[in-house]
Amino acid sequence: MLKEITSGQYFPVESVLHRMDPRFKIIETLLFIFLLFAGNSFWVIALGAAFVLLAQRLSNIPMKMIWKSVKPILPFLAITALLNLLFITDGEVLFSWKFLKITEDGISTSIFMMLRIVLLIIGSSLLTYTTSPILLTDAIESLLSPLRRVKFPVHEMAMMMSIALRFIPTLLEETDKIMSAQKARGATLDNGKLTDRAKALIPILIPLFVSAFRRAEELATAMECRCYRGGDGRTRLRTLKAAPRDYIGFAVCLLFVAASVALNILLQS
Amino acid sequence: MSAIVEAKHLVFHYQETAEDGTLQKQETPVLKDISLSVEKGSFVAVLGHNGSGKSTFAKHINAILLPDEGKLYVDGMDTADEENLFAIRQKAGMVFQNPDNQIVATIVEEDVAFAPENLGVAPDEIRRRVDDALHAVKMYAYRKHAPTQLSGGQKQRVAIAGVIAMQPDCIILDEPTAMLDPQGRQEVMETIRRLNREQGITIILITHYMEEAAQADRIVVMDGGKVLLDDVPKRVFSQVETLKSVGLDVPQVTELAHLLRQEGIPIAEDIIHTDECIAALAALLDTAQPESR
Repeated sequence: MLKEITSGQYFPVESVLHRMDPRFKIIETLLFIFLLFAGNSFWVIALGAAFVLLAQRLSNIPMKMIWKSVKPILPFLAITALLNLLFITDGEVLFSWKFLKITEDGISTSIFMMLRIVLLIIGSSLLTYTTSPILLTDAIESLLSPLRRVKFPVHEMAMMMSIALRFIPTLLEETDKIMSAQKARGATLDNGKLTDRAKALIPILIPLFVSAFRRAEELATAMECRCYRGGDGRTRLRTLKAAPRDYIGFAVCLLFVAASVALNILLQS
Repeated sequence: MSAIVEAKHLVFHYQETAEDGTLQKQETPVLKDISLSVEKGSFVAVLGHNGSGKSTFAKHINAILLPDEGKLYVDGMDTADEENLFAIRQKAGMVFQNPDNQIVATIVEEDVAFAPENLGVAPDEIRRRVDDALHAVKMYAYRKHAPTQLSGGQKQRVAIAGVIAMQPDCIILDEPTAMLDPQGRQEVMETIRRLNREQGITIILITHYMEEAAQADRIVVMDGGKVLLDDVPKRVFSQVETLKSVGLDVPQVTELAHLLRQEGIPIAEDIIHTDECIAALAALLDTAQPESR
């Protein structure tokens, strides 16, 4: 569990997609989502699927991992499909029983929606599979930096995110220690009614919070000692630099979006 | 040699919340008139019992706390002057007790880069400083590791590297080995000694381990907010009774020699290292043996 939380979904292998600038990857993911929602024809789905497949080829992420990202949303998919199936009553009726009507449109819409959601999930998972949380934080800081003009605390937000990432394993370890200590004093944590178990959490949460505050204070002092004074005038060891492959990738992504928009216009006329 | 840290009649009170909810200074000061100066390139250990004011004094050197009375100069700069703040913190780096609570980043080299990043150093120069600092504490092989994968001693060495990357003249270590196992303690002490010898960095080591203090050039013993003793280790530890009266110990070998002297055995009083003790005992046995035979 510890490893999963700290590394996020990051899947560390060597690939073109891994090496790409995380800022471009975020924008491309957003463009891809736009592509998926730009039109209602199956051509859009086909384009999206082609894009995802291309990205998967470039990412060296095994199909097994892709499946792993889709699996948790299967129940959600089933419900969406069912609702679409039952509540869309336009088009030719294929089957009816009492007040229930299954129509051609219902079937096509539910399949369309399912495919759209699956592609959405796969596309965004490819971003998190190929980008470490730290790089994501850096990229978000860099992308949001124009907001500094309107006094949005971009640097502070990114710093909080990275400190949170840094302390998750430390606090998990601490929770484990506190739980053992309380168990050694006869606390029962694993059985009993739900309310009992919730109550049993109190003697774990209170020491954990106290310690988290103490850590925060010490960390703040240590950061001040190392001349921390906010984001102004701060430089970085690792600066994000766009390479030719990033521009090529971006061009390909734009091409897909343009194709999807063009298809929609053509189909409507 | 010139002084890197110079304290003149320091007095400091902690604040407490009074009954009416306002903050006010505690009546008894934690530091009562401390005057001392630390020379560039020296290795000074500060010893003291809990509450002796040794950590409070350390926090003054870094301008985390400012004196109520008196002055403290770091390389000639007054700590009370707001303008000197970052110059002082860069000159006199500080390492704390708990390595977990001073590591900011999720990757070792990023953490070492934290201070130079704050100072606005150019990326190429940061890279060079980070590599140098990691080599200096022998943690270069671990530069891509997450801090959670490291042992306590390794984490503390990373914390030291994080300070070295600022290129300080002086490092203040506030009980850096208190939370470490014996091996980690040894790693950290070796690193500190090497930095002092090879790079000429002034070391101020706050500790309550006598064996660690014995490795310094000079020991300052604090008690009740005052400087009790201030001398070279051999002379400080020869005052066994004075040290015991303020709740401090002496190194085990010093204690042994002291007890032997009390029994009338003529052994030197200034033994502080294990190998010295072995040599002295061997010499005693050599002279004693012919008579007993």
